[in-house]
Amino acid sequence: MNIEHKLVGSTLYFGLSGELDESCAAFVRDTLDSICERNQMKKVIIDMERLNFMDSTGIGVLIGRYRKLKTRAVPILIASPPGAVDRVLKLTGIYDIMPKIAE
Amino acid sequence: MNNFMTLKIKAVSRNESFARSAVAAFCVELNPTLDDLSDIKTAVSEAVTNSIVHGYDGEDGVVTIQAGIDGNVIHIEVSDEGKGIEDISMARQPFYTTKPDAERSGMGFTVMESFMDTLEVFHNAPHGTVVKMSKNLCAVK
Repeated sequence: MNIEHKLVGSTLYFGLSGELDESCAAFVRDTLDSICERNQMKKVIIDMERLNFMDSTGIGVLIGRYRKLKTRAVPILIASPPGAVDRVLKLTGIYDIMPKIAE
Repeated sequence: MNNFMTLKIKAVSRNESFARSAVAAFCVELNPTLDDLSDIKTAVSEAVTNSIVHGYDGEDGVVTIQAGIDGNVIHIEVSDEGKGIEDISMARQPFYTTKPDAERSGMGFTVMESFMDTLEVFHNAPHGTVVKMSKNLCAVK
């Protein structure tokens, strides 16, 4: 699992690559939280184009970040999930709280 | 059964990727679509995660993954000898989790149920849990 980030204007972008499961959930959670704490952004976009795999442990991580950023009124959007990841996101209703950016 | 395999892994999360990839590789002789393969990987990952996170909860243990091919159908069984599930029908409800503080989504069984054709969950005697699931990989849907 690799996490890249960049701040463009008031948007904080994260790029996730690799596989998001229990083995890296704590790393992803801590990394996203510490970068979010260091930045003043109006929204967060999580680019999943290079995320090859995610199971419901990843959903738990996403919901946790949503709850944290909600207290700062910062919305999260999801970009470019591959088919397999998209099906997990759809099934679990994540797009209701983190909309997918239209391609 | 036309073919079968058994895999025993130490109950640590770094083995999840290996377990789901092994089952996916085993299915390849049925010529599955890429979507089917990723559905199977996700379902296996959910079952193995449950055994590691909830069944053993940090204790040492073994997770057994069995797969069998019968015609066009892949049968998968994931079992552990951990603490077991007190109320299986409750555990299968969407968003139900015994670990809400640990940011668990409670969607593991829902994912397995949706991505596979069948799902059964049993108590493993004398203790632990058995998850049985199957999927028809016939090319014509």
